[in-house]
Amino acid sequence: MVDEARAVEVQAAAEAADKRKRFIAGLRAAGIVVGLIVLFGILNAVTHGDFLAPNNVLNILRQIAVIAVLAAGQTFVIITAGIDLSVGSLIALTGVLMAGMLAGASNPVAGVFLAIAVGLGVGGAAGVVNGFPVVKFNLPPFITTLAMLDIARGLAFLYTGGRPIEIDNTIFDFVGSGFLLPGLGRMLKIPGIPTSVLIMLAVIVVGQFVLTQTRFGRYVYAIGGNEEAARLSGINVAGVKLSVYVISGALAGLASLMLAARLSSGIPQSGGGDELLNSIAAVVVGGTSLMGGRGSMTGTFVGALLIGMLYNLMNLLNVQSYAQDVVLGAVILAAVLLDELRRRYLASR
Amino acid sequence: MADVEGPVAPVPQESGYLEVRGISKSYPGVRALNDVDFDVRLGEVHALVGENGAGKSTLVKILAGAERPDAGTISIAGNRVAIASPAQSEALGIAVIYQEFNLVGELTVAENVLLGREPTRGIAIDWRAMRARVAAIFARLGVTMPIQAPVKTLSVAQQQMVEIAKALSVDARIIFMDEPSAALTTNEVERLFTVIRALKQARVGIVYISHRLEEISEIADRITVFRDGRHIQTGSASEFSEGDIVRLMVGRTLEAHFPTLPAPAAATAAPLLSVQHLSLAGRIENVSFDVMPGEIVGLAGLVGAGRTSLLRAICGLERAASGSLALEGSNLRLRGPHDAIAAGLALVTDDRKGQGLILGMTVRENVTLAHLELFSHGGHINRAQETAAVAKLAVELNIRMPSIEQVARALSGGNQQKVVLAKWLLEKSKLICFDEPTRGIDVGAKHEIYEIMVALAASGTGIIMASSELPEILGMSTRIIVMREGRVVGRFHAGEATQEHVMALATGARPAAA
Repeated sequence: MVDEARAVEVQAAAEAADKRKRFIAGLRAAGIVVGLIVLFGILNAVTHGDFLAPNNVLNILRQIAVIAVLAAGQTFVIITAGIDLSVGSLIALTGVLMAGMLAGASNPVAGVFLAIAVGLGVGGAAGVVNGFPVVKFNLPPFITTLAMLDIARGLAFLYTGGRPIEIDNTIFDFVGSGFLLPGLGRMLKIPGIPTSVLIMLAVIVVGQFVLTQTRFGRYVYAIGGNEEAARLSGINVAGVKLSVYVISGALAGLASLMLAARLSSGIPQSGGGDELLNSIAAVVVGGTSLMGGRGSMTGTFVGALLIGMLYNLMNLLNVQSYAQDVVLGAVILAAVLLDELRRRYLASR
Repeated sequence: MADVEGPVAPVPQESGYLEVRGISKSYPGVRALNDVDFDVRLGEVHALVGENGAGKSTLVKILAGAERPDAGTISIAGNRVAIASPAQSEALGIAVIYQEFNLVGELTVAENVLLGREPTRGIAIDWRAMRARVAAIFARLGVTMPIQAPVKTLSVAQQQMVEIAKALSVDARIIFMDEPSAALTTNEVERLFTVIRALKQARVGIVYISHRLEEISEIADRITVFRDGRHIQTGSASEFSEGDIVRLMVGRTLEAHFPTLPAPAAATAAPLLSVQHLSLAGRIENVSFDVMPGEIVGLAGLVGAGRTSLLRAICGLERAASGSLALEGSNLRLRGPHDAIAAGLALVTDDRKGQGLILGMTVRENVTLAHLELFSHGGHINRAQETAAVAKLAVELNIRMPSIEQVARALSGGNQQKVVLAKWLLEKSKLICFDEPTRGIDVGAKHEIYEIMVALAASGTGIIMASSELPEILGMSTRIIVMREGRVVGRFHAGEATQEHVMALATGARPAAA
């Protein structure tokens, strides 16, 4: 009794609508790219060619790698309408633990594997501790992750006695400061593509795939959009919510690995600066709603890139560091405001 | 309050203090009020009764300043007034106590009563004056109240008294009470009546909106019946028997034409779902019934009768305190909605926006949310398969939208309901529970929903339909179960029941003296 021909029509219409949506998105992206090229050209001229020099671009990407990986985890959490405040401290805790593992290992190769396992494992375990009270007792994630922020920082200091642990392991250092793809590097007159940048890109690509192409990703959006409707649809809401905190914790461990390898040490004070706030800023600037249900990983990457470029540019222009903070805050506010206005404009049409 | 003889000129007893003449109000697709007259005198309790959708709440909203009427006049003490905002309504001496209280749980009783009107000395709140004023109000009501306690620590009955005190503190002359007894115990209702009598003495006019006819006979001086947005009758309470009220309330014209129902199941058929002695603490008590394949079982009853709780228990959303459920002869152990869905049970909730849909997601994403496993391989969603399946259902259910990539928020109520339904038809459900299936849906879409339900039943799906609309219950059920206060109080086969009979059972009215 189903009208097959009509069904095919509706399906075709859906595919057309999908295509149209992608075309418009592509057009918009193209517009943004053109705009950015013009802007970059101007900025490049202003900085006498420093801004777009391959080495400088590489610098920007290396500088945002840690933030972008943290922000990737944060994106999952924020789309479910949660927040993870503990990521900065988890950098410190997992960093000193990894350094400790490497120092204690007899075999350097085994030490690297052990360190990575401990870094990601402890980060993920901290995510369980963050998420469990949220899903079981309905505590606000703001509170549970704030508690973890203190606990992880304290544990990092307890473990080290407040002193950095040096890392003397060339394999491990490679992750933070090594270069891959030397052929590509020669073309661009740089040593290669930094490992940390490749890790960041892999995290973003996998994250975007998981969010848009898998059941898990669909559930993440559904829970952020309407948790009760998601529950009534039979979704394991507790499991998905717990998972996003585990992902965020584990990615904090990965970010810590990149940072510790770059600094060749596990430092209990690390991750105590702007890491947390910049990771949230990248997500928000990238168009993800703090109310949940909406956002994307590519947006987060663009957000991190924007913040990184802004810092870099201000450094090239010798903007005083206190003034940099003022500018960054203003840009975050303006970006989110513009996004909101654009959304309202689209909704009103 | 409430120097009652205050600034207003004395009003002759027989004319209303508040008078409403020829009020009409339409919403898209619905005529909520049609040329309605209504009046309230000072010092009387005027009961306003009618089925859901009769227009009572629309009238209250207009007088509370939340809605503007399309036509008609309102006058107070003989002077025509316009009520454009809640603030104006309050200034005119009208107060409304809704079922959902407007109280701030963390603040104390005294703070709530004078919220926004705190007595001050200089820039500071004068706490002593505040306590004195609030204590005086409760004293006048004859109620003892811990005025320093946070409101959230109070019982529902006490919170209601706080609402009443709030109304008196702004010198309300007319108080509307919407189902004030719905959440109260018998003793608490008695205490409420004592307070209402005190208010009468103070020459406050009370409009008492309730379904509970025995209470109305006890407290009301006059009764007005609404039906289908029209004023049907007003008279002194002594003129009406409970049977009369029921007769005036129902007898709705069957605006919708119902499809032909499937033939009743053979008596020998094995039940699809068997509910045995199901109880849920404080909400349903010892409910037993069977649903045969292809049956539409109508659950009638007033709001709060336990229908929604029963449906939620069947669909794994509430853990029953005792009793059992069996589907096709095997016992069901539901630890959550996931188990129920896996067993083939589905719930179409009465709250589409809050529980049924994710408004920001597309039609496609909403439809497949409960059964993504049908299109995924190792967690990866096959988008083409998903689109094809949803497109097919969209045609089958005649969902009207630009494309299935439309966000659910942008759809009309009827189309949203079809999206919810599509979700449970993607993988054929064995039993579908509908809670108020046509609430907030225009007549055309209503009819389409009915036809879908009948087609489902004809294909062997069992249906349980809870509805507050009697015509829908009578027109769409192959069997009817009436609930009241958590219990089953009546059972009918199709064609046996009348609106009067079902309503009398649902309200607990004594039989008409016919």
